[in-house]
Amino acid sequence: MNRVDELLKTAKNQPAAKYTARDFQSDQDVRWCPGCGDYSILAQTQRVMPDLGIAKHNTVFVSGIGCSSRFPYYMETYGFHGIHGRAAAIASGLKIARPDLSVWVATGDGDGLSIGGNHLIHICRRNINVKILLFNNQIYGLTKGQFSPTSELGKVTKSSPYGTVDHPFNPLLVALGAEASFVARTLDRDPKHLQFVIKRAAQHKGTAFIEIYQNCNVFNDGAFFTFTEKETKDDNVVFLEHGKPMIFGKEKDKGIKLDGFTPTVVSLADGKFSPDDLIVHNEKDTMLSFILARMSSIPHLPRPVGVVYAVERPLYEAEVERQIQQAVQKQGEGNLEKLLNHGETWTIQ
Amino acid sequence: MTKSLKNIDDVTIRFAGDSGDGMQLTGMQFTSTTALVGNDLSTLPDYPAEIRAPAGTLFGVSGFQIRFGSAEINTPGDTCDILVAMNPAALKVNLRSLRDGGIIVANTYGFNEKNLKLAGYQKNPLEDESLSKYQVHAVDITKLTQNALDDMNMSGKIVDRSKNFFALGMMYWMFTRPMDSTLNWIKDKFKKTPELIEANTRVLKAGYAFGETTEIFAVRYEVKPAALSPGKYRSITGNEATAWGLIAASVKSGLDLFLGSYPITPASDILHELSKHKNFRVKTFQAEDEIAGITSAIGASYGGALGATTTSGPGMALKSEALGLAVMLELPLVVCNVQRGGPSTGLPTKTEQADLLQAVYGRNSEAPIPVIAASTPADCFQTVFEAARIAIKYMTPVIFLSDGYLANGAEPWLIPPVNSLPDISRNFRTDPEGFFPYSRDGKTLSRPWAIPGTPGLEHRIGGLEKQHITGNVSYDPDNHEFMVKMRQAKIDGIAEDIPPAKVDGAEKGDLLVVGWGGTYGAIRTAVENKRHEGKSVYHLHLKYLNPLQKNLGDILYSFKNVLVPELNLGQLSKLLRAKYLVPTIGLNKVQGLPFKASEIEKQIDEIL
Repeated sequence: MNRVDELLKTAKNQPAAKYTARDFQSDQDVRWCPGCGDYSILAQTQRVMPDLGIAKHNTVFVSGIGCSSRFPYYMETYGFHGIHGRAAAIASGLKIARPDLSVWVATGDGDGLSIGGNHLIHICRRNINVKILLFNNQIYGLTKGQFSPTSELGKVTKSSPYGTVDHPFNPLLVALGAEASFVARTLDRDPKHLQFVIKRAAQHKGTAFIEIYQNCNVFNDGAFFTFTEKETKDDNVVFLEHGKPMIFGKEKDKGIKLDGFTPTVVSLADGKFSPDDLIVHNEKDTMLSFILARMSSIPHLPRPVGVVYAVERPLYEAEVERQIQQAVQKQGEGNLEKLLNHGETWTIQ
Repeated sequence: MTKSLKNIDDVTIRFAGDSGDGMQLTGMQFTSTTALVGNDLSTLPDYPAEIRAPAGTLFGVSGFQIRFGSAEINTPGDTCDILVAMNPAALKVNLRSLRDGGIIVANTYGFNEKNLKLAGYQKNPLEDESLSKYQVHAVDITKLTQNALDDMNMSGKIVDRSKNFFALGMMYWMFTRPMDSTLNWIKDKFKKTPELIEANTRVLKAGYAFGETTEIFAVRYEVKPAALSPGKYRSITGNEATAWGLIAASVKSGLDLFLGSYPITPASDILHELSKHKNFRVKTFQAEDEIAGITSAIGASYGGALGATTTSGPGMALKSEALGLAVMLELPLVVCNVQRGGPSTGLPTKTEQADLLQAVYGRNSEAPIPVIAASTPADCFQTVFEAARIAIKYMTPVIFLSDGYLANGAEPWLIPPVNSLPDISRNFRTDPEGFFPYSRDGKTLSRPWAIPGTPGLEHRIGGLEKQHITGNVSYDPDNHEFMVKMRQAKIDGIAEDIPPAKVDGAEKGDLLVVGWGGTYGAIRTAVENKRHEGKSVYHLHLKYLNPLQKNLGDILYSFKNVLVPELNLGQLSKLLRAKYLVPTIGLNKVQGLPFKASEIEKQIDEIL
């Protein structure tokens, strides 16, 4: 038995302490700009952690570079602040080496979808059990205001004084395209929903991808206010609930109906349509997940928020362990003497 | 007819043909058998970057050279004594490496009009006088292979694919080698298709019998076993030795091995080999790119595994940012660079030693990393093991340099007893009392390895500058300078923990030849030859390139001249001049090929 296993044994003997959110606050001063959406994400994560039943010392937050990537410093867990874009790759190695740990990635639209886009899609397709919180503020904050791969077309920023000519990424479609087994969207300014989605991701067995609409009040203030503010939210967001028809609106009087493969908004007020005519959300429906993700790119449609997709499929790290167990069963525990002496050898007297 | 049997001390054979002719396989089979006979040997595979280059072309020629003998063999031979050429292109490309009076065995079937034209021959060289200074044996190998399989109803393709065994059979006869090893290999390789066992066995035996019965070959040769140190031997390539050295380090440290790697020539075989040994709990992760290869390994090391990554030059360039991260995090990591010709994609299948300065300095800012290099294929085992020892003890990435020549070359290896390998101690910090992530061991200056899962040691690390002891992010100017010096001092201090440099021969003299890496065999052969002539020339081969050994300066100052042969434009020379202010003489070759001993001898003659 190796030292890691020995250590794990002692770790498991420790009764999981009854934590509070405070237990997950590190002693480091939080250095995001006052009013940043990151504060809420941090607070909700710290609030959810005690409910997960995972010991602090078995939890690791990994990040890359960017405002969002300061996240691990503020969590009283193990933390790894990596290099730009590589959090998903670092987390992959860690989780494969140590499947017993609960591994989280905090990343942003630049870190995760631009410089680290490659690692993001590959962790999704492999289905390594890592939880990815992607803070999407549609701007580069740490480098002070350049456009990001999710910035809307034509956006005027320091590096695009004439407006961008870049077509933006749709983060949900990227994750779904890479066949992530859990894809969700939530809002920094909706603490309850944020907590709910983080908890769902934690319970999911597989790569969980969460796009969090996060307000950068310094460089892109109000980018998501249509979806997060009281006055406009109800008419512009449809909250997804598994098995329920897609109804939204202040008066719960609007719904989403499928017209062929095209989602359309219908009124439930004039008696022409009833909830029976609407799309019933099904987290396991692959085709539906793409239609829902696509809705973000269609201006007059409400934004779907919630768990878009959640299915189970084999875990990468579990398959790796299975192959190891099989090899040990078939060939016995590795024996160095045997390895060096196997095959053709000869002796000189 | 009676055939005479001639005893010779050593011989070099080069098998050459199209890249689809199976020349590498033929060479490897000859190598295994020759090793089993007890000869010392050294091999040089020389193959094109294209998987199946167009048949018959000059750039599609694949060669495999083996030198074996009854005395110590350190190089695959400057020139060959026998050239087996399967087509005109193989003859044309390799003729310059055949010594005058050497033997050519040519497959006449391959010398058709089309192939002659592709190779640029106006006339068939087998039929004119152009090869008169060699002994030419023209044999229709293809036809004879067909005849051997006549009643088997084999497709032309299979006949074509087994003709290399006919050539191998002839060579087994010519050098009185037993065929058992190859016959067993055939049985194992084709166990699912009995007719291929039958076909290849027949062809091999037919080649052997052809030598025995025809009048073409009047002489066969015997090469007596070499007087190697007693013990158990096996044949091993550099890449195999590297893979096994990593496994050995995993066993001896009690750490599970994690390899994050992206396929790249000529390093991929290490990934292939390690992926076979899952019963050692080796986890191989074929990453999405070179960067993920190293960063996943860093993640695994952070989790308490022995993280390793394998690559070659261009891949190394991609890993450099992550190397800096590993320096900052102070986590163990073994980085294997199997050097190839560069820059950029360069010469993927050819050897070079031009990544030395990249290994020592190739990162942003002050990012010291220990660098060690293997000198022979088998030496990769001990050297990568040493890399892991240093990495774990000093909590640092270590760069292990191999090269294409070592990686694919093979030599007999005296298998070390497992108990002769030192245990590698690794201390996971478990005590929360007084724990700080960047506190340091007073002697090694290494920081504690506190892995996730350990209660009470929750902490955060990252690529930002650390405050001494606490490990908190710090932008303090004095602290930064202190930490830069601390990281440097830690690596410099490794010089106290490595054996002193030792010159092969004497403590002082007229000329010291200093080498590193895969040039060992050529330098050693050249120096020995010149010393036999009475010259005061000695050999020092460096394994430790960063830090350099403590006594190196004294050694360099004790010789009148210092010659540094390298397969680059003088990178070790630069390091030695900068540190010791000695006027080194460079001997530099950058052709994608290893040194010939004669090239080094010539340079020695010019100096002395």
